[in-house]
Amino acid sequence: MSVASLDARASRRRMWRLPIRDSWAVRIALFIVALLAIAAIAAPWIAPYDPDAVDLARRLQSPSLSHWLGTDHLGRDELSRLIYGTRVSLGSVALSIVLILALAIAVGGLSGYMGGRIDQAIMRFCDCFLAFPTIVLALFLIGILGTGMVNVIIAIALSHFAWYARMVRGLVLSFRQRDFVLASRAAGASRVRVFFEHLFPAIMAQMIVLATLDIGHMMLHVAGLSFLGLGVQPPTAEWGVMIGDARPFVWSMPMLILWPGLALLLSVMAFNILGDAVRDRLDPSLHGDHQH
Amino acid sequence: MAGFILRRLLLLIPILLGVSILMFVILRMAPGDPAVAYLKLSSIPPTPSAVAEARQTLGLDRPILAQYVSWLSNAVQGDFGVSHVTRRPVIDDILHYLPATLQLAGAALLFTLIVSVPLGIWSARYKDRWPDQLVRAFAFVGVSTPNFWLGFLLVLLFSLTLKWLPPMGKGGWQHMIMPVLAVSFMSLAINARLLRASMLETASARHVLYARLRGLGDRQVERSHILRNALLPIVTATGMHVGELLGGTLVIESVFGWPGIGRYAVSAIYSRDFPVIQCFTLFLVTIFVVCNLLVDILYAWLDPRIRLNAEAAI
Repeated sequence: MSVASLDARASRRRMWRLPIRDSWAVRIALFIVALLAIAAIAAPWIAPYDPDAVDLARRLQSPSLSHWLGTDHLGRDELSRLIYGTRVSLGSVALSIVLILALAIAVGGLSGYMGGRIDQAIMRFCDCFLAFPTIVLALFLIGILGTGMVNVIIAIALSHFAWYARMVRGLVLSFRQRDFVLASRAAGASRVRVFFEHLFPAIMAQMIVLATLDIGHMMLHVAGLSFLGLGVQPPTAEWGVMIGDARPFVWSMPMLILWPGLALLLSVMAFNILGDAVRDRLDPSLHGDHQH
Repeated sequence: MAGFILRRLLLLIPILLGVSILMFVILRMAPGDPAVAYLKLSSIPPTPSAVAEARQTLGLDRPILAQYVSWLSNAVQGDFGVSHVTRRPVIDDILHYLPATLQLAGAALLFTLIVSVPLGIWSARYKDRWPDQLVRAFAFVGVSTPNFWLGFLLVLLFSLTLKWLPPMGKGGWQHMIMPVLAVSFMSLAINARLLRASMLETASARHVLYARLRGLGDRQVERSHILRNALLPIVTATGMHVGELLGGTLVIESVFGWPGIGRYAVSAIYSRDFPVIQCFTLFLVTIFVVCNLLVDILYAWLDPRIRLNAEAAI
């Protein structure tokens, strides 16, 4: 292959990258994600105050040396609440993704492996889920299950898994007839063994790409539902809850709305950059906007 | 083409039936007795006899299949039951609130298309130069911005600081500007990005090279040979955006006090008013599915490869 055509290919692949040169954008994104992870894990040690400690004498304070980002309407330390909020955001999305992958691999794998009528039935079942706009399905499920963090996780998982299940099925179908799988079967490996040794790793790689691209999107869902009062419930420190809590003070203390929103924006951005980077690295064939 | 449309229309029926069955099953499988929820909303203490009576009134004592069939036959006639909270027929409330939501979501869809297409074209035309960098930076921020938060930022800027626009409520066109911006921001960014990529991909196709070899000018090639093909993915994406825009509208209504179905649904979800939740969901799914059907038809009409195949298949 000539140098010129290699160059053309490289520039075509660069086309999807960010406006900033990708290496340092990805590095910043990794840095932000690392910060978020540390904040989530080490919240009790990093946060200067108890996020739920009410101190009405110090309500609605501007940023100061003792309260770097000020205090909210109940005198709770804004920075501490932001830090604890990381836990809820990352934790709920992580659990949703685990649930989605488990459901999708079970349902999609079964569908692709069994084929025939069972496959058809499962796919029509998934079509029903796909007929909902994701947020509408999430709202419906929360309406049935009730509000709260666990139910939000279930709602997010059930409103997304069908997309993944369909993808898993497609992958199973495309791998089933590949030489390495056929060879393994011919050598006497059982179906289950073939699945876990050959199909599972390949499927997982693709699923991780998809899931990384979706993290930001799901974080927005969790925050949006909590903002509406349907997700994580106050007084839990969660970014959407914090924005909802600060609404009456949008005139007097707009900063209380700015901080959690900014935290959300930066995290979603970081995960989106990372998602693009992971996609480019692990799976150059998946391009175009992945979206629901 | 007529056959294609008819077939797609008929496909709507099993999908909507499937969705309604799915909803019914989830509703009945959910933890908690609907009869108890009903009594709570009516502020009647759930004594065993009251629960038994409520089960009978709500028809919960009958087999689930019979319940579904009677629900379905009522629903087909436009009877979705009575709200446990307001005691009014659910359908009346839904039809009362729905137009405002559709107005906002429709305006947002229109705005998305009107703005994102020029942005995408501009970005692709000046690839890697400053207009492109600008659009990509905007698109990048756009896909990551929480819409309800953006709503507050807009209120802070345009209502509180500049005092140009009313912060809340529904009235003249001024009331629509900020909600439409907040709802459409993300779809707009995704669309602009998508069109840019699609145009650049089409630009390297052979028919474009041939058009250039024939000596056509840049603009003419762009208009009649690149854009027409590049718009196809945008048509498909629009079907998806309808879902996002509807969902976004539900959230944004609460920020701007827009009197749509979102706020009504949120209060119903909060009080677990099942007939309302069921009817609201079914309506939004129907709108979403019908919009996607329209998109499919439009796509087939725009792309002769699909149109002719569909005709051949009949």
